[in-house]
Amino acid sequence: MSQPAVRVMDVVKRYGALAALDGVRLEVAQGEFFGLLGPNGAGKTTLISALAGLVRPDGGRLEVMGHDVVADYRLARRNLGVVPQELVFDPFFTVREMLRIQSGYFGLRQNDAWIDEILASLDLTAKADANMRALSGGMKRRVLVAQALVHRPPVIVLDEPTAGVDVALRQGLWQFIRKLNRDGHTIILTTHYLEEAETLCGRLAMLKAGRIVALDTTENLLQRFASHTLRVRLAAGAEVAALGGHPAGGGWWEFAFDRYAEVESILARIRESGVEIADMEVGASDLEQVFLQLMRAA
Amino acid sequence: MIGFQTLLKKEILRFWKVSFQTVAAPILNAVLYLLIFSHVLERHITVYGEVAYTSFLVPGLVMMSVLQNAFANSSSSLIQSKITGNMVFMLLPPLSYREFYVAYVLAAVARGLLVGAGVWLAALPFVHLPLQEPLWVLTFAVLGGVVLASFGVIAGIWADKFDQLAAFQNFIVMPLTMLSGVFYSIHSLPAFWQGVSHFNPFFFMIDGFRYGFFGQSDVSPWISLAVAVASGLVLAALTLAMLARGYKLRG
Ligand SMILES: Nc1ncnc2c1ncn2[C@@H]1O[C@H](COP(=O)(O)OP(=O)(O)O)[C@@H](O)[C@H]1O
Ligand SMILES: [Mg+2]
Repeated sequence: MSQPAVRVMDVVKRYGALAALDGVRLEVAQGEFFGLLGPNGAGKTTLISALAGLVRPDGGRLEVMGHDVVADYRLARRNLGVVPQELVFDPFFTVREMLRIQSGYFGLRQNDAWIDEILASLDLTAKADANMRALSGGMKRRVLVAQALVHRPPVIVLDEPTAGVDVALRQGLWQFIRKLNRDGHTIILTTHYLEEAETLCGRLAMLKAGRIVALDTTENLLQRFASHTLRVRLAAGAEVAALGGHPAGGGWWEFAFDRYAEVESILARIRESGVEIADMEVGASDLEQVFLQLMRAA
Repeated sequence: MIGFQTLLKKEILRFWKVSFQTVAAPILNAVLYLLIFSHVLERHITVYGEVAYTSFLVPGLVMMSVLQNAFANSSSSLIQSKITGNMVFMLLPPLSYREFYVAYVLAAVARGLLVGAGVWLAALPFVHLPLQEPLWVLTFAVLGGVVLASFGVIAGIWADKFDQLAAFQNFIVMPLTMLSGVFYSIHSLPAFWQGVSHFNPFFFMIDGFRYGFFGQSDVSPWISLAVAVASGLVLAALTLAMLARGYKLRG
């Protein structure tokens, strides 16, 4: 089980002068729910494409469940399910035909029991025999998810699966993906909705211009970039790292908290440690803003 | 193996589901050519001394249908998948580029043979057409289909837009078929144009195909076979090299 689900080793991908991926190094452990964040053009889709063998890196290598995606592509691809960012479909086939064809591509002949199960979980049973053209955008998106699952891949990658999807559907999709994760699937997901990443992902990588600028557990990142921050300036020389504070320079320390009720207990802890508070402010900056700050800074 | 079989089946289903356009329409097309040309020319021309023009024309039209439809199938399937983006469904699974190539070519050959057989059957009631050496007929139909299907794979992968593909069709495939002796024996041409025809691989494919019907042809069927096999090998090698590199498919 020590085998990582995904290994990305110093991957470089250039488009002319532009480095879409500029030396990305990353490991995702089995069973993780991993988030890949970054502004448009950061290289998220390129990284996923390299993992899926859709794009050939100019440098570095990638592995899925220990299988090199180029040298050992058959096993790498068997272990990987990808939900592409674009809403693509084949207008010649129905939902069920599509899922059967996809099963066949992965070497599976009798897969109807599993296909029925996926269709039911994704609320697509009623549309099983509808032509792909006749489906709404949200349904097409769910069929893409279903297609990625036909071969029961241990690693599932979703590239902005909820972009342009309405709230109710988004909730349903997250529930489903959460369940996949509970069942042992490794999930890698890119999204624009930071609250989504926050609630779902155990660990996050932030990508900017083809480089990783932050890679940590969501908890740790939230510690630094919580939706609310209590900033206190302490008397010179005092330290409150043991109390969960992060140094912010100039004698300032930051404490992350979610609810205002927590402020009281943070202040109480500082007081109990005998440190004097020289100044104090409460910042209501949300994760979105912090994310943008990080992107600007890096 | 299941992966390959599925891709082949999908490619066949793709044209079969719209067979009105992909099979019936080209058969009707060829039959119209047959009606018009035979009506206009029947009384005036005989070929190889005693073969009536209409009889001579039918194998040419059959082979033309095989070639054009084999090309149309692989090229249009690929460009549609590229433009709509569903190519990704075939690139994500563990299919090798060789499986990919063979599946696309076989499906295209199947459509070519289906249309060709349709044209042949449709013409049978109207013309007296011998079938002296069926094995040659089948050999050239399959080889010609493979050559054009491979060419279609190249065109479909190379082209980014439908009009680029149309250019392939209108400036290469159509002229080469039209100038290959579908409608005439090249012995009826001036010496210069006879010479030019010998640089057109389509001429050999059609001439060899016709030999299977009449036991007579402009050049030896063995020479035609050699040209067809050589063309097939060159195009297959080129296509496989493109696919191996992931040219335009895996960025
Ligand atoms: N096929 C391509 N040709 C040229 N540039 C590309 C290509 N694909 C992606 N890029 C560029 O690479 C960068 C990363 O793109 P992408 O991975 O799609 O970003 P993201 O998914 O994070 O929005 C962008 O600047 C994009 O314009
Ligand atoms: Mg993207």
